Amino acid sequence: MSDKPHLDRDHALHLFRQMLRIRRFEAKCVELYQAQKIRGFLHLYDGEEAVAVGIMQMLEPRDAVVATYRDHGQAIARGVGMGPIMAEMFGKRQGTCRGRGGSMHIFDRATRFYGGNAIVGGGLPVAIGIAMADKELRPGAVTACFFGEGAAGEGAFHESMNLAELWRLPVLFVCENNLYAMGMPLEDAEAETDIYRKAKVYRMPGEMVDGMNPITVEAAARRAVDSIRAGNGPYFLECRTYRFRAHSMFDAQLYRTKEEVELWKQRDPLARAEAWLRENHMVSDEEMQRVAAEVDAEVEAAVAFAEAGTLEPVEELERFTLMDEVPQ
Amino acid sequence: MSAPRSNETKPVRMTYREACRQAIREALASDPRTFVMGEDVGLYGGCYAVTKGLLEEFGPNRIRDTPLSENAFVGAGIGAAIAGLRPIVEIMTCNFSLLALDQILNNAATIPHMSGGQFAVPLVFRMATGAGRQLAAQHSHSLEGWYAHIPGIKVLVPGTIEDARYMLKAALADPNPVLIFEHIVLYNAEGDLDPSVTDVDIRAAKIRRPGRDVSLLTYGNSLPKAIAAAETLSVEGIEAEVIDLRVLRPLDNATIFESIARTRRCVIVDEGWRSGSISAEIAARLADEAFFDLDAPIRRICSREVPIPYAGHMEEAALPQTAAIIETVRGLVRPR
Repeated sequence: MSDKPHLDRDHALHLFRQMLRIRRFEAKCVELYQAQKIRGFLHLYDGEEAVAVGIMQMLEPRDAVVATYRDHGQAIARGVGMGPIMAEMFGKRQGTCRGRGGSMHIFDRATRFYGGNAIVGGGLPVAIGIAMADKELRPGAVTACFFGEGAAGEGAFHESMNLAELWRLPVLFVCENNLYAMGMPLEDAEAETDIYRKAKVYRMPGEMVDGMNPITVEAAARRAVDSIRAGNGPYFLECRTYRFRAHSMFDAQLYRTKEEVELWKQRDPLARAEAWLRENHMVSDEEMQRVAAEVDAEVEAAVAFAEAGTLEPVEELERFTLMDEVPQ
Repeated sequence: MSAPRSNETKPVRMTYREACRQAIREALASDPRTFVMGEDVGLYGGCYAVTKGLLEEFGPNRIRDTPLSENAFVGAGIGAAIAGLRPIVEIMTCNFSLLALDQILNNAATIPHMSGGQFAVPLVFRMATGAGRQLAAQHSHSLEGWYAHIPGIKVLVPGTIEDARYMLKAALADPNPVLIFEHIVLYNAEGDLDPSVTDVDIRAAKIRRPGRDVSLLTYGNSLPKAIAAAETLSVEGIEAEVIDLRVLRPLDNATIFESIARTRRCVIVDEGWRSGSISAEIAARLADEAFFDLDAPIRRICSREVPIPYAGHMEEAALPQTAAIIETVRGLVRPR
């Protein structure tokens, strides 16, 4: 089987549209944060869209996703509805988690989206367990576990990598290496800055991928997922990427230069995808405008959904602290 | 030919360790989703020999030895529970559970609520707790009271053979993460198992010895000490009621308050440290809600506030002991 994605016009446009959905959604989040409709910590995915979009192309409904606190893009690319995500950030009952999680903790049972985890590295052990269960209950299913390169500093990362390979579990480790763990530069944090090499120590196949290009990410994800589904155990992808915005809404970005940010913006995955589509005469101006208009309408509909949402009654505050039954 | 009926009602004598093992065996035999995971649970037979023999019986998939990776295998238990299995995760001692505290608190206890009820985390963590075998400060602490601080989990402490035998079944049937703390001194304790009992209620504390003059509230390895104290006091004409709390979260207020309303005096015996402890929580609840039922101040006998030391005489001095319980009760109750 070829590891090249089938790059016809429809697929290229699909990838572009998925990335645009994330980009426009995040832009709206900033606006709504400034309007104080969204509160708390807010971590945006701008610049990293190609990673989640590329990976998700290879996932099926039976597969599982474990996400990070920078999870809007991962959730949107996985197919979680924008409306419930936005409503969650509004703290509304119609949100994915009925307002209990917020931006950093999007969970969605329907798409097997096991949460934005806001403890760096905290999702990896959970992904191991999901894969253990799937190996028995849903053979062939893959758990895609997202984390940043900062997680490589955590013990949970190394413990989980070891267990995954030791037990040959169907886990796709997706390292979103955006070069800064909050403000900590990669080279100041890691003795080995090629994170994928750490996988090799655990005898796990791993590779470094251009995370600014959804095509390369998808191609790598295809190799990885094919290998995992064939029963070869876990696979590790280090996607080199960059976050265009601040770490969160409280970040003066003292740790990096404007020049560096501008340099990476020249590799903007959306701009590159759009340029490629245009250069190959695959889309017209009208089509691009139509796609943008459709995406904007979806984002606006999500905002309207969130605005129209209701607040969880405070009488329900303690509900789900202890469960009455296991949801089926 | 069927077995004589009389055999079925004869008490069965066994150790607390054997009761724990039979509970696990029963769980594995009755539910294919159940498996045991932890350090040295298989080949070694369990640090405290609880799982001895189970690897041979159930195989390595269901008695799963893990590397020394508490953070990862505890988190793996959580993921497996969320995705449909029913793990029994053994943590060698509760001191080691601190290496996995992130997973227990930030994931197991949190995900059901934080996900708006989309996911439950139905699993059991078993761990050894407590002092009394000169294992020094990193193997002797009692952290069950600490864990009882956390919403989203249940905390059980079997103090009898019966509870050791049947709490696990109830814990596995519960849709929530349940932590079971097994006291290291109790593993060798022997007792009779009543064959007519096959279930225990993990929502309720239990009166182990009725009495009219004072309520001794305790759990775990302080339970036999409290019962011994009550027997000595009985000779002096003081009848102490001994309540086995056994569920530290959620606390069974009703049984506690009902007892205090009768005895009007309370001594709490807790192997945890005194400050910020489960005994402090119970005392606060009594002060809040049973103040006018009390005829005397609430007394607490807890571990001394030191890391538990190695030397036998110092370890003994650090822990709640029968003599201290007797003395405290004497100071609170005049013999009738």
